[in-house]
Amino acid sequence: MKWYITKRLLMLIPVLLGVSILAFSLIRLAPGDPAVTIAGEHASPQVINSIREKYGLDKPLTTQYWIWLKQVLRGDLGRSIVSNEYVAKEILERFPNTIELTLVSMIFAITIGCIAGIISASRQYSVFDYSFMGLAIFGVSMPVFWLGIMLMMIFGVYLRWLPISGRISMMISFQRITGFYLLDSLITGNFAAFISSLRYLILPSVALSTIPMATIARVTRSSMLEVLRQDFIRTERAKGLPERMVIYKHAVRNAMIPVITVIGLNFGLLLAGAILTETVFSWPGIGRYVVNAVNMRDYPVVQGCVLFFASMFVIVNLLTDIVYVYIDPRIHYG
Amino acid sequence: MKSKLFLVLLLTVGLVFSLVSAASAENILVFGSSGDASRLDPGDVTDGESIQRMDNIFEGLVEYEAGSVLIKPCLATSWEASADGTEIVFNLRKGVKFHDGTDFNADAVVFSFARQYDSNHPYNQYGEWAYWGYMFGDVDKMEKIDDYTVKLVLKRPNASIMTSLAMFTVNIVSPTNAEKYKEDAFKHPCGTGPFKFVEWVKDDHITLEANENYWRERAKLDKLIFKVIPDPSARLMALEVGEVQGIEYPNPADFERIKANKDLVLMSQPGMNIGYMAMNTGYGYIDENKNGVRDLDSEPLVKTPGYFEPLTKKKVRQAINMAIDKQSIVDNIYMGTAIKAKNGMPPFMLGYNDEIEDYPYDPAKAKQLLTEAGYPDGFEVTLYVMPVSRPYMFDPPKIGEAIQSYLAAVGITVKFYQVDWGTYLQETEAGNHQMCLLGWTGDNGDPDNFMNVLYGANACSIGAAGNYAFYTNNTVQELLSAALATYDEEKRATYYKKAQEMIHEDAGWVYLAHSTQNIVFRTNVKGYVLNPTSRKFFYPVWIE
Repeated sequence: MKWYITKRLLMLIPVLLGVSILAFSLIRLAPGDPAVTIAGEHASPQVINSIREKYGLDKPLTTQYWIWLKQVLRGDLGRSIVSNEYVAKEILERFPNTIELTLVSMIFAITIGCIAGIISASRQYSVFDYSFMGLAIFGVSMPVFWLGIMLMMIFGVYLRWLPISGRISMMISFQRITGFYLLDSLITGNFAAFISSLRYLILPSVALSTIPMATIARVTRSSMLEVLRQDFIRTERAKGLPERMVIYKHAVRNAMIPVITVIGLNFGLLLAGAILTETVFSWPGIGRYVVNAVNMRDYPVVQGCVLFFASMFVIVNLLTDIVYVYIDPRIHYG
Repeated sequence: MKSKLFLVLLLTVGLVFSLVSAASAENILVFGSSGDASRLDPGDVTDGESIQRMDNIFEGLVEYEAGSVLIKPCLATSWEASADGTEIVFNLRKGVKFHDGTDFNADAVVFSFARQYDSNHPYNQYGEWAYWGYMFGDVDKMEKIDDYTVKLVLKRPNASIMTSLAMFTVNIVSPTNAEKYKEDAFKHPCGTGPFKFVEWVKDDHITLEANENYWRERAKLDKLIFKVIPDPSARLMALEVGEVQGIEYPNPADFERIKANKDLVLMSQPGMNIGYMAMNTGYGYIDENKNGVRDLDSEPLVKTPGYFEPLTKKKVRQAINMAIDKQSIVDNIYMGTAIKAKNGMPPFMLGYNDEIEDYPYDPAKAKQLLTEAGYPDGFEVTLYVMPVSRPYMFDPPKIGEAIQSYLAAVGITVKFYQVDWGTYLQETEAGNHQMCLLGWTGDNGDPDNFMNVLYGANACSIGAAGNYAFYTNNTVQELLSAALATYDEEKRATYYKKAQEMIHEDAGWVYLAHSTQNIVFRTNVKGYVLNPTSRKFFYPVWIE
């Protein structure tokens, strides 16, 4: 197992190298010039040239890549051209926001998705089955942007139950330590801040959870159906095990492998930022950050973020693979 | 056990959904901005979002009168220009302190200027100073005479410099603060203004609080928070429920909804901008010596890459002007958030020529002009359509479509060309386009900032053009240069009016609209005054 993990982590190196080359060249192949974007519409060519020189954008591409790579190997992702801030610092400032949102929405998605999938499978062709699967299709196909606005309209504007935009009420003074608001408010014992950040989390995480929730529900259902048709289930039923035991103790565990895969993939995707949700709910997460950076042609930021996302994705996939071992004892990594 | 757990759960859910509106005794205004600031150094910002934060933390030597582009004293109490117009001496206000407690004085003024123009200045390396080269190129240096007197030395007389001095670019920063934070000073803004910087949570909000030691009366607001809400519908909803008390850039489609809500008030004013379609008249010059001026002997006119025979003919350009129903575009696409334009600068500015008669909407006449020019069957032309919405043009693609159908009616086929914004600017500055949609938002409130930048022959430099019609009329350029060289306002106005007549006659542009700037507040927000420059000053504001 240890050797397997080491091997997988070592494989991260060629992956990241490939990703770095891709990230580096793709953003530069895209037309546009960061010097023009920061200098503003009204800037003189002299200013633009001096900015290009300052950030080394006038050098040949291979030289630029080499300089950047050396810098990255020293653990420095460079500075943003637009904000002049260290990219690593900017990513770490925003990443807790994204993780917090992702975690809460994955909790929603997994709980509700799995339950709906299990119920649908165990009562195939029942009213539950049809309505859950109907909802799942609805959930997958609904544009998040629209759903977000609708949630805001209903729960924010008409019912006035929940706040609309941001992470916490502007009226609450609050000390940021880790950047995870729920955690920070608990550490500092600031109960008002805890409740407020929880309230601000609900609508965006519900909006964000719909697609993974629907996917999880559908995968759980089909995987369960497959397991329920297997011989050992028939044996258990024949043994006279109560149906509840059959389903929850034996079938569910065996049906979980594909579900875990889907969860891992979705989690990895959400960590790269849920751009639309973050925009609608004014969530200062990493997705909005990288999209802004692409629009501004902020090369160091885009490259840094892509590297970061790639590492995250690989690590989440590794963790998923490790979880398999615990779910299914038949799986071994030699 | 189970029931206890249930009770705790119920309580939590109850708390979460209850309206814990932390009613505060403090006077706090949360303003919903469309984006985050990029940097917080007034000399080093070019985007509206950064500027609106800067304008409440920093001050300059002079400032605008409320709601206008006229100049009044601020950190300078008085000033006097030398007879030849190349030196201006400023007397500075005494007893003003920066937010870090240090004194405002001549050293601070010289520091704030010199770091931008002097490449040997130790703090020059910490910024791009993009606006300096563009707006303050005529400044030679800023000199200290004594602790409370400074002298601004110009390379040549420049009548627009006084209005330029009201720009954020030359706001005065604390040298002590700059020394303390060096390259990170842009994250720790420290000025003399009505509000002090408190915190910046990236992409979320920036908090300012009232400066208790302000040299004028303390601001009425205790706190001013700029909260980032990128989506316009979300911004309006946040305003409706009172999460924020004011928002910028409301969606014109929501205006009726805003007007119907008695808790909200929509403030509008013609903005300092122009949205237009430029027609490439064919020729520009290569600015070999990069001085931004066309040297008639050494820099000949050359064809622009987008050279297109029909558009080089005045009659064709006039015909296009007559073929487009601008009023209908203003009414239906700008949805009433703009006024129809006939000249290339906003009507409230010095030297605006109101006697010019706009080209009427007259497709029959347009058709006739096209025939006279030798194109009875029209032609096919490419129009560059902006990929982004700008303050002077909310919906460029729709405007493009409207123009396409109007021109089709007189036989001209319009093809669209769209690229991302950075490239769009690069390509149009290089003159790749045949026709393009663009516009301009003024910087300082001076007519020179429209006329010279957009319509002068000097602005036809290929690769760095501001004159996107590549309208190389030397007489117009002479008038514009003369208007800049004199401080006599009447003379200036005459020159600009004359120039506008010629620009109108040669018809390089279809001037579409001056869009209004719009801002929405809750009705209990009082005292806000719109400025034609669209800059946002919250000093006089309070909440009832």
